[in-house]
Amino acid sequence: MQSRPVVSFRSKTHLSYWAYLLHRLSGLALALFIPLHFFVLSQSLRGQAGLEQYLRLTEMPIFKIGEWILVMFLTLHLTGGIRLLMIEFGPWRGLRKGSIQLGIILAIACGLLFLYLGSE
Amino acid sequence: MSEQALKVKVWRGAETGEFVEYLVPRNPNQTVLDVVTYIQRKLDPTLSYRFACRVGMCGSCAMTVNGKARWTCRTHVSHIVDGDSLEIAPLNNLPVIKDLATDMREFFTKWTDARGFFKGNKTRFDDFATVVPDSPERQLANAGIECIGCGVCYASCDVVALRPAYLGPAALNRAWTLVNDVRDTSQLERLRAVAGDAGCHVCHTQGECSERCPKALEPTAGIAGLKKLVGRAAMKGSQWGKL
Amino acid sequence: MGQALNLSKELSIAGGVRQAKLWYLQRISAMVLGICVAIHLAIIFYAIRGGLTAGEILGRTQGNWLFAIFYEIFVLACFIHAPIGLANILQEHFPQSKWSIFFAWLLAGLILVLGSAAVWGLAVGGAS
Repeated sequence: MQSRPVVSFRSKTHLSYWAYLLHRLSGLALALFIPLHFFVLSQSLRGQAGLEQYLRLTEMPIFKIGEWILVMFLTLHLTGGIRLLMIEFGPWRGLRKGSIQLGIILAIACGLLFLYLGSE
Repeated sequence: MSEQALKVKVWRGAETGEFVEYLVPRNPNQTVLDVVTYIQRKLDPTLSYRFACRVGMCGSCAMTVNGKARWTCRTHVSHIVDGDSLEIAPLNNLPVIKDLATDMREFFTKWTDARGFFKGNKTRFDDFATVVPDSPERQLANAGIECIGCGVCYASCDVVALRPAYLGPAALNRAWTLVNDVRDTSQLERLRAVAGDAGCHVCHTQGECSERCPKALEPTAGIAGLKKLVGRAAMKGSQWGKL
Repeated sequence: MGQALNLSKELSIAGGVRQAKLWYLQRISAMVLGICVAIHLAIIFYAIRGGLTAGEILGRTQGNWLFAIFYEIFVLACFIHAPIGLANILQEHFPQSKWSIFFAWLLAGLILVLGSAAVWGLAVGGAS
């Protein structure tokens, strides 16, 4: 005896659903990251030395990887958000799947740019 | 006539139960409804399922096939078969009465709750109402009025699964077509009906409804329109009054 | 009996208006953030070339009123946008919990206080 089946992943293969999922995950990650980000920057209240102390901490590889992922999440959330605003406030042009693909490409591009510029 | 047997897993039971496998002869031009009918007539007369027109007009035969909500009379086995297997279950998000038949009452109750019904103020003694066919409102209404209430969109929506009170894409789509009906006189009540925790603003634009609608309707469009209308009505008031 | 029904109807309308307003505020703050984030990304890419030190950051932000105003607007937009989003996610995945609103307000408080502190510290500075 088992429970009746529920809405399954097999019906979620289309791009709009991925857009929703990535937008939600990136938004959640950013929402949790932002207070930490502000906390580190608020150490500037302790002067240059205070800020430098905390910035030095973020030199660790795990922070660099985190920042890289967050830059991509930020770009993804931005492009996904613009798509939603166009759907909700703009003229109806369907689910704007082209924007989703463009958004993913831009996020990857920003990730690569971040790695390149940050490693100079 | 049959080339090989189809292995068809069918949900038997209600809220709890199990998938039972049947072997069904495979035919060219076979629909999933043909398969279910074969099982009930030749293999297991205790199987319960619903259908009516069997030609894609009534929407009664909607079920979950290989995880996706579909009209079974319009789904060719050859298009969706997974090797030689099929999985058939009742529509999601609705209570199961028995086997493949669901209780559609909440689906239609929500239609009423969203004020998805017309109310005018003319009688047969008045002159005809004038609705200009190529007016923006009529175009918007036309885009959504072909809905036959089959429940496929409702069964495909994650938000319905997460928020049991959510009115759902079909009810909101109907409300949207009526919001664009210039003859209707209960628009303020309609806006109030679709606002709230169970209303249009909870839609996350996943697009499952528009993806799966067998009539290629786009409830996402209507819901987006309602969001804007109700949002502005809440902040600034609407042409029919303050929300 | 009629009065109880009327009250319930009024509460339901009030609830609807609240949801609609929250949606509207979240979308308006999203529009503001769209501009702020695009500019911020450009600034990030410009600033991280060759590494980033506190001295470099402060050199650009200290006494810079344009910076302060831009980033304070950014903080205020986040303060509106993020908690509403978080509340929606929590209410959907933990519907029985009463903690959803609490965590949303907690996030709002942290963003407003820490964010404004960051802007102040970077623009005006603390003890040297």
